[in-house]
Amino acid sequence: MNDFQPQIVAFCCSNCASAAAKIADGMKKTLPDNVKIIQVPCTGRIEVLHLLKPFENGADGVYVAGCQDDSCQFISGISKAAKRVAHVKAILEALEIEPDRISLFNLSAAKGNRFVEVAYEMTDRLKELGPTPVKI
Amino acid sequence: MIVAEAKPVKEILEMVKDYQKVLVIGCKGCVSVCNVGGAKEAAILASTLRIAGKKNGGGVEVGEHTLERQCDPEYVDEVKDMVENYDAVISIACGVGPQFLSERYPHKRVFPGVNTKFMGGAIEHGVWAERCAGCGQCVVHFFGGLCPVARCSKSLFNGPCGGSDSGKCEISKDVDCIWDMIVRKMMAEGRLQELVEFRPPKNWTTARDGGPRKLVREELVK
Repeated sequence: MNDFQPQIVAFCCSNCASAAAKIADGMKKTLPDNVKIIQVPCTGRIEVLHLLKPFENGADGVYVAGCQDDSCQFISGISKAAKRVAHVKAILEALEIEPDRISLFNLSAAKGNRFVEVAYEMTDRLKELGPTPVKI
Repeated sequence: MIVAEAKPVKEILEMVKDYQKVLVIGCKGCVSVCNVGGAKEAAILASTLRIAGKKNGGGVEVGEHTLERQCDPEYVDEVKDMVENYDAVISIACGVGPQFLSERYPHKRVFPGVNTKFMGGAIEHGVWAERCAGCGQCVVHFFGGLCPVARCSKSLFNGPCGGSDSGKCEISKDVDCIWDMIVRKMMAEGRLQELVEFRPPKNWTTARDGGPRKLVREELVK
């Protein structure tokens, strides 16, 4: 039995991921307590620094939940976010921290189930990886 | 602008591994425009170093500050009180920045956080290309506004070499043959004849060949 509850920061697009969250709520599906949501107007606004700060402050993992590649209403928000997540993965690798501690998930407004699933997926993945080596 | 790119994180970590208090200094000039050394990038590097420090047991203090420019002494002076509180400084300006900081604060270790690449411009978002070699005697007006010094792999002045193939340079299919472009542009402008006009050889003593350069403008000197 693993008692470790990873602290996760999730940046969620206010269009698709938050709509998916509402559907999940309607389905009485809840997120695990260890996932802290930060709602953003578009995942394209998330900078590398935004993704690094949770790690600096002791988060075990970070993920971005945004649109499908072809359905961002700002056209390229999710593809920009994907490049920034990849950049942060490279930084983590250089610091010898597991790059899997950060991920990007493509959702759509209708995917209430999936919104909750990714939170559990990240939680499970981080339980396997263990606590962050960054001690605050 | 002067175009630079960030040094690998591991290289920077190796540079400052013996220092507990590190100050990252950005520059709001060229390196800010090419997204490598401005306030945002200073914050990213500082955060990265803090993560590394905390991972390795803590005790590392990382500060960040961005100067208006690092190539003017009055701005470099601005951080004198701040620099005193740190063991080492990382400048993420072009190569001028760490030198001006080293000269102003000779008792501090100053490290370069970026590799300075060339003088150029953004040809699309996130892509920069060299346009000027700083030869000290601009000749672009003779060549349809295109510079053979910076943009020809051999800096040829009198036409393409045998390595020009279908408008590309032999060094890479990604590099345009500037002489192909010059000739086409001059043809389109009806000025091809100008290319065969005699011009004396270029004086290269104004370029790097003449050694380190200095410019004095008496009307500005106090």
